Amino acid sequence: MTEPLLRVENLVRTFGGITATDNLSLEAATGELHAIIGPNGAGKTTLITQLTGQLQPNSGSIHFGGRDITRLPAYKRSALGLARSFQITSLLKDFTAADNVALAAQAHDGHSFYFWGNARKEKHLREAARSALSRVGLEPRADVIVSRLSHGEQRQLELAVALATKPRLLLLDEPMAGLGVSESARMVELLKELRREVTIILVEHDMEAVFALADRISVLVYGRVIACDVPAAIRTNEDVKRAYLGEQHAVTRHD
Amino acid sequence: MTASFNVRNAVAALVVAGLVLLPLYSSLSGNIFILTLFTRIVIFALAAISLNLIMGYGGMMSFGHAAYLGIGGYAVGILAFEGIGSGFIQFPVALASSALFALVIGALSLRTRGVYFIMITLAFAQMAYYVASGLARYGGDDGLTIYKRSDFGGLINLSGKVQFYYLCLFCLLGGIYLVWRIVNSRFGLVVQGLRSNEARMQAIGFPATRYRLVCFVIAGMMCGLSGALLANNTDFISPAVMYWTRSGDLMVMVILGGMGSLFGPVIGAIVYLVLEEFLSQLTEYWALVMGPLLLLIVLFGRGGIIGMLGRSGRD
Repeated sequence: MTEPLLRVENLVRTFGGITATDNLSLEAATGELHAIIGPNGAGKTTLITQLTGQLQPNSGSIHFGGRDITRLPAYKRSALGLARSFQITSLLKDFTAADNVALAAQAHDGHSFYFWGNARKEKHLREAARSALSRVGLEPRADVIVSRLSHGEQRQLELAVALATKPRLLLLDEPMAGLGVSESARMVELLKELRREVTIILVEHDMEAVFALADRISVLVYGRVIACDVPAAIRTNEDVKRAYLGEQHAVTRHD
Repeated sequence: MTASFNVRNAVAALVVAGLVLLPLYSSLSGNIFILTLFTRIVIFALAAISLNLIMGYGGMMSFGHAAYLGIGGYAVGILAFEGIGSGFIQFPVALASSALFALVIGALSLRTRGVYFIMITLAFAQMAYYVASGLARYGGDDGLTIYKRSDFGGLINLSGKVQFYYLCLFCLLGGIYLVWRIVNSRFGLVVQGLRSNEARMQAIGFPATRYRLVCFVIAGMMCGLSGALLANNTDFISPAVMYWTRSGDLMVMVILGGMGSLFGPVIGAIVYLVLEEFLSQLTEYWALVMGPLLLLIVLFGRGGIIGMLGRSGRD
């Protein structure tokens, strides 16, 4: 068996008396779109922040591309090809869309201890920004200050920023959060294209999107994975129905 | 970015022109006092510019910036006292010791954020203040008189009022140019990005602390230069220049003029020190007038004085 791109083993993270991540193990193979679903408070975002290095686990290990990254700080993981989008949009609000993406490209173009030249006139950084923006359909809005972009546009920009770091693994934390119906549909189309190029871990509440996109789905309840399988199997899994889908019959009605 | 004409650029150009022509006015009108006042203003403007680099652009609210005024000043004062009068030694030592202080203070305090950062920088500056007060050999609390200004050979004579003024102005304009280059450089964008959203910057791959630290050191050195000039200007250095109220004055200049704008702190320094000068002539209780005035500007002009002059989009 080949080494998966991401291998999480026995991860534990507690906050006081609450175990947010409870002996969690997970794998994502190269090229896969692996969705993580679970009710509110299941520890999805906590898991993502441990994968990106913003939060340290109490125990367990995370391997990325065969390398142990459990104790690596966030910026080094980014250098290895791990990128994330944030559940609550987290951008540089007082910068333009192009600046946001160009900075992401700059972060992966050697160190930034250059004090003299005008960074906004560096062609290759601006080019990289333009191409990432056009991938998500934001190119016409490149020079708009982020705080003036619509919520949907900011979600798209989140994705462009992640793409500009040329990631091998994209961690998407609820990319559809707060999007309207048509915006969601656009995002699904976009993710369908992206998944051909990059391995994706998708945390999402929008079940329709998850079942349409995922190769495999892991179901998280109270910080542990109660099931991990292809979408069709997850749909019929009794544990999952009981623990999670019980109150969301809408999902089972789709087939 | 727009290169087009706007009010802010026009005001900046006017102020620079005014500062360059000031000695001419002073000699034509016979008003020596105005040259003395503005030498002081230009020196403090340089300090305010440096504080603005970390506070306005970097989001690092340092409440101990006056420490570098003292360190730069004491470097000049102590070396002069020990018989080393050459400016070619005094000024580099002033810059190097400011850099070293900033490096140590920064490495320790940049681990904290927000109010803690304000408090820890304040604490370090107060420590420097008390250390200087304890330097019995160099006057302790009473300070140290500098009998001879820094000697730059035949290059420039710091005792000549006009020459010294132009040296200070040259340093200020150089400082502004440097800050302008920095904030538009790769490094500057990273520092401003960190002010805007640190978690995002780390997630896209920037190690936050080392960029902040380098910025902190650059600002410390610029303020150290200002301190070396200040000591020459007053022919005297005492712990008082490092006192926390001095750091507060610098912060007020930056906020008053416009935080995070290239030219704001210069205008802030001019307005603050001119007001201080004239109000203190009118009444002993000048702070009673100054206080509400500051309050009004901060309340009604979020971007300081320069912010009231209209938006530039971006500096």
